[in-house]
Amino acid sequence: MQGTTKKKIAKRQWKEWGEGYLFITPLLLGIFIFYIFPFIQNFWFSFNEVNKFNVATFYGLNNYIEMFKDKELWRALGNTLLYVGITVPLGLALSLFVAALLNTKIRGTSFYRTIYFLPSVTMSAAVAMVWRWIYNEQYGLLNAAVKALGLSPHGWITDPKTALFMVMIVGIWGTVGYNMIILLAGMQGISRSYYEAAAVDGASGIRQFFKITVPMLSPTIFFVLITSVISGFQVFDTIYMMVGKANTAYRSTQTLVMIFYRNAFDYGHKGYAAAISILIFSIIMLVTVIQMIGQRKWVNYD
Amino acid sequence: MKRTSSYKKLLTHLILIAGIGITALPFLWMLCTSFKTKGESMAIPPTILPERFVTEAYYNVLTALPFGRIYMNTIFSTVITVAGQVMICTLAAYSFARIRFPGRDILFLVVLSVLMVPGQIFLVPQYLIIQKVGLLDTMPALFLPNLFSAFGTFMMRQFFLSLPDELEEAAILDGCGRFQILIKIMMPLVKSGVVALVIFTAKFAWNDFMWPLIVNTSTTKMTLAPALSTLQGQHLNDYPAQMAGAVLAVIPMIVLFFVFQKQFIEGVAHTGVKG
Repeated sequence: MQGTTKKKIAKRQWKEWGEGYLFITPLLLGIFIFYIFPFIQNFWFSFNEVNKFNVATFYGLNNYIEMFKDKELWRALGNTLLYVGITVPLGLALSLFVAALLNTKIRGTSFYRTIYFLPSVTMSAAVAMVWRWIYNEQYGLLNAAVKALGLSPHGWITDPKTALFMVMIVGIWGTVGYNMIILLAGMQGISRSYYEAAAVDGASGIRQFFKITVPMLSPTIFFVLITSVISGFQVFDTIYMMVGKANTAYRSTQTLVMIFYRNAFDYGHKGYAAAISILIFSIIMLVTVIQMIGQRKWVNYD
Repeated sequence: MKRTSSYKKLLTHLILIAGIGITALPFLWMLCTSFKTKGESMAIPPTILPERFVTEAYYNVLTALPFGRIYMNTIFSTVITVAGQVMICTLAAYSFARIRFPGRDILFLVVLSVLMVPGQIFLVPQYLIIQKVGLLDTMPALFLPNLFSAFGTFMMRQFFLSLPDELEEAAILDGCGRFQILIKIMMPLVKSGVVALVIFTAKFAWNDFMWPLIVNTSTTKMTLAPALSTLQGQHLNDYPAQMAGAVLAVIPMIVLFFVFQKQFIEGVAHTGVKG
């Protein structure tokens, strides 16, 4: 009697395990073929020269040495850091500001929320094309406005001095709504009683924002910060669409992912591109780790 | 007291409306230009509304590229990616969340680790795999790697974890198979998760740029996002045509967004919540 129950349990356990493995098999197969194996292969490629016929020959550290000497790459790194350094804090501040405005008791909040969110559902390639048209030196909307104000028109995305900043505006425009929704959800989770107590003490709205909202919201702010930095380092679509190779501002807007793409798929330097992708990965990891350590100073988890 | 608060409200509205202006302006400018003639688009100073609504630009786009074909490719690739991810990720997520088997947690960590790596790392080898199996410039190239999503699995697992354990116990004692339990008992309970996954995946697949740009280069095999860059290159000064292409490319996602607004926004709001 007892033996059969044991056997039954064992049988059931085997069945359970079998089903468990069976269900994850399609995903794991795909993950191994398209992600884990490529990850390893990419690492290997970074120590190889991969020619036009995709034959790899061992190249040692030469790709990395080449990276050190590549002025274009250093410039792209600088552009990328500038892009992240400006769009992330500015975007975060703007999304916090809009979220705070929408967290008040006013009419039409869901309408505002919807419109602000629109840029994040639309194709960035299409949107970049529209912005390029707005920035157009001769016929664009921006210069028409500038001229109407009596100022002289400007080649916004052909002037190397302004091009990257114009691209940043599009980057911020595209992400504020998304981050605002996340921050707003976090704000709505803060108990009203804190604000009531603060109001009794006579704290102003701005003081309440910095003394209650920001600290209580810090885990959400941290989340938004981390994800914005990661996606900021990977900006591509917008710049590819807005600043073509013939553009005079090409070099001053080229980012790391852009230079990675050019090397891998235009110039056929796949080994070198692999090394660049490892650089991108390392920088993102480093910055994320620094943020993880830094968060202890300002993020409150109850 | 009351006075200041209504003054503050007015100020809030004014700021928010200004923000809406900036957010919506590119969309309006795109729409207006798409109905202009090429000549009018180059008027100085520019007109805001078209003097006369013409659909010439749409005609030009549709004939310039095999736009109908490109549209179908994009729809096809999006639908397959969504359907594939729902099946593959849900199945795996359910297993990771609710079935106990040796090695489960380590395997889940392996899947999770993919989430932390920027996509460029995989790109060159993925391209070479697709090339090696002779799938460059074919439909499967567009969606194959995207069927397997660490993000989708992670998200669905969170939904399965939130359900109580007792749900399945009785069914297991009755001898129900796991697949039956998943389909009949669990799926209806994680419907909101599936909707979120569908929305996220559809948005991603529809708007994806770099991967389709790399793998499918002939005009009959590409998707909308990279097709726009082709359009920009071919019709250098035909701004109405470019804008018409952009309008056609963004409309399906905007419609989807307005239909599933609540789920879209809740899904996004959820991603920032800890737990």
